[in-house]
Amino acid sequence: MKKIALTVVMGLTGFMAMPFSANAEVQSLRGSLEINDDSKSITAAKPMSQRGGFERSYKLQPPMIPHSIEKDKITLKTNTCMRCHSAENYEKEEAPKVGDSHFIAADGKTLETLSSRRYFCSQCHAPQNDAQELVENTFKGAK
Amino acid sequence: MFAKSAVTLLLVGIVVGVAGWGGFNWAMEATNTESFCISCHEMEENVFQELQETVHFTNRTGVRATCPDCHVPRDWKHKVVRKIKASSELYHKLMGTIDTPEKFEENRLEMAMREWERMKSTDSRECRNCHKFASMDLEKQQSRSADRHDPHYWDAIDGLSPSKTCIDCHKGIAHSLPEGWEDAVANNPVLSTGE
Repeated sequence: MKKIALTVVMGLTGFMAMPFSANAEVQSLRGSLEINDDSKSITAAKPMSQRGGFERSYKLQPPMIPHSIEKDKITLKTNTCMRCHSAENYEKEEAPKVGDSHFIAADGKTLETLSSRRYFCSQCHAPQNDAQELVENTFKGAK
Repeated sequence: MFAKSAVTLLLVGIVVGVAGWGGFNWAMEATNTESFCISCHEMEENVFQELQETVHFTNRTGVRATCPDCHVPRDWKHKVVRKIKASSELYHKLMGTIDTPEKFEENRLEMAMREWERMKSTDSRECRNCHKFASMDLEKQQSRSADRHDPHYWDAIDGLSPSKTCIDCHKGIAHSLPEGWEDAVANNPVLSTGE
């Protein structure tokens, strides 16, 4: 009887102690701040600008945008990306030319203007910020 | 008797002259404010909304360009000429030429071309109230910008006139670009840069 009671008490103690020890190891992304403390301010990430562009991570990846697109606008009326990347302007602007695939419509026909499926550049092509990783990341592109 | 009336006339003349001249300049300045421009919904609903998304409205240093900074010349002579030309806007306000967003869009290309032609013909005079090639620090610019400005910067430093003016490249920086603007610019004798 005494033995059983001791086992129960020890088991309970161990059970109750467990969450506390787990608490000490796990931290939220906010760090060990109290819940009503102000978060640490983060430094604003800036758009990365890189000559020659970024390497692709896999073969058919839409190339990432190596410059700020803050001032660019893609609207029903205009697409300012095409000021440099269109077939007419790319040589003069020394910019990569918009891919031929972007002129093919859903029915497979080649159009004279950008296909509406490919009109919104930033749907696939993303600018990059020099932000620090929030958690460790070991991603490596396929080579 | 004659001398007295002449003095009176002179004094009245001075008072009326000062009041008239002052009033004229006061009215010209009163119509030269952002609040006056956007008191018409044509400006408030369209171009003013677009301006608010741009760097000329909010930016790191807190300098703001309002409507007249770009659209009205600063020096008196050119300002009066611009003001007289702008009187036609009163007629179109009465006629409701652009009183809906749809009508505004229909006329946007024509209005933009007129403004681009004006800026081109004055060598972007209003831009240069703040921006000058010779004042640029190309090192602080992004490489894409610095590459473009470089030849013009050195032209300006050497006292030559740069081959391009601000508006040649910087179209649509404060307001939305009109549909078909590229073809319209390429076919315009004033705006085309022959490239």
